[in-house]
Amino acid sequence: MELAIFLIFGALAVVSALVVVIHRDPVKSTLSLVVALFATAVLFLLLGAPFIGVLQVLVYTGAIVVLFLFVVMLLNLQREARSEGGGRLQRIFAILAAATFAAMTGITVWRWTTGANPGALDEGFVSLHALAAELFDRFLLPFEIIGLLLLVAVVAAYVLAKRPDPRSGADPGAESSTEATR
Amino acid sequence: MTVPVSWYLLLAAVMFAIGTTGALTRRNGITIFLSIELMLNSVNLTLVAFSRLLDDRTGQLVVLFVLAVAAAEAAVGLALFIALYRHRRTIDVDRVNLMRW
Repeated sequence: MELAIFLIFGALAVVSALVVVIHRDPVKSTLSLVVALFATAVLFLLLGAPFIGVLQVLVYTGAIVVLFLFVVMLLNLQREARSEGGGRLQRIFAILAAATFAAMTGITVWRWTTGANPGALDEGFVSLHALAAELFDRFLLPFEIIGLLLLVAVVAAYVLAKRPDPRSGADPGAESSTEATR
Repeated sequence: MTVPVSWYLLLAAVMFAIGTTGALTRRNGITIFLSIELMLNSVNLTLVAFSRLLDDRTGQLVVLFVLAVAAAEAAVGLALFIALYRHRRTIDVDRVNLMRW
């Protein structure tokens, strides 16, 4: 049963990851990423990490991907979608590099952990209570810093995406924006 | 039957390789970002798999932080793309090469 679920959702994750990379339409790529992340969330459940799986669905597919979709639709990238050029040589070498990486990692992983079956899941490992206790004890400082990082990111995103004020002539982006409209 | 952890790790390696290929070959800024998310996701899978193998919850907590950093990265990166699109009317990374040469 576990094997069947792993095979189904592992294959789903790989196929949708391929669609993300290959598809020319950014909207469909983004929607395919949702499928890949969802399949990974199921694998997290299989690995005895239900909290991480739920968080993956909530944060990744719920917040981050929606942000992506929002930006894709905001930017109206019809022209971009068609003009997907790129050097052929570059593409071949990129695929070669990625395949080499996958092969090397795969061989290493296979040698080191093959046959390493984890024991049966016990109640304590899955429990959210223990996870939270560890998060707010050993990882309290990183947790606070992550909160600060998110705040900084929100402020940075606001400042970057803000429409430049038309009244202020000394805006650094004013020159290039007039250039673009010309 | 329980699935060996090495299968999860292999799956994560394959997904990481797919993400790397996308980040290196695509020219559309958004798709490059999606590929990076894919790579982060496969690393998360590796962390959770090792957490299961070693029976140690630290891996899951690190995934929590990776998620938060990915969210921050996506917010700032997409804001950058919006600003870029507003000025240049394109997010094709081949045509945004002012700081490259």
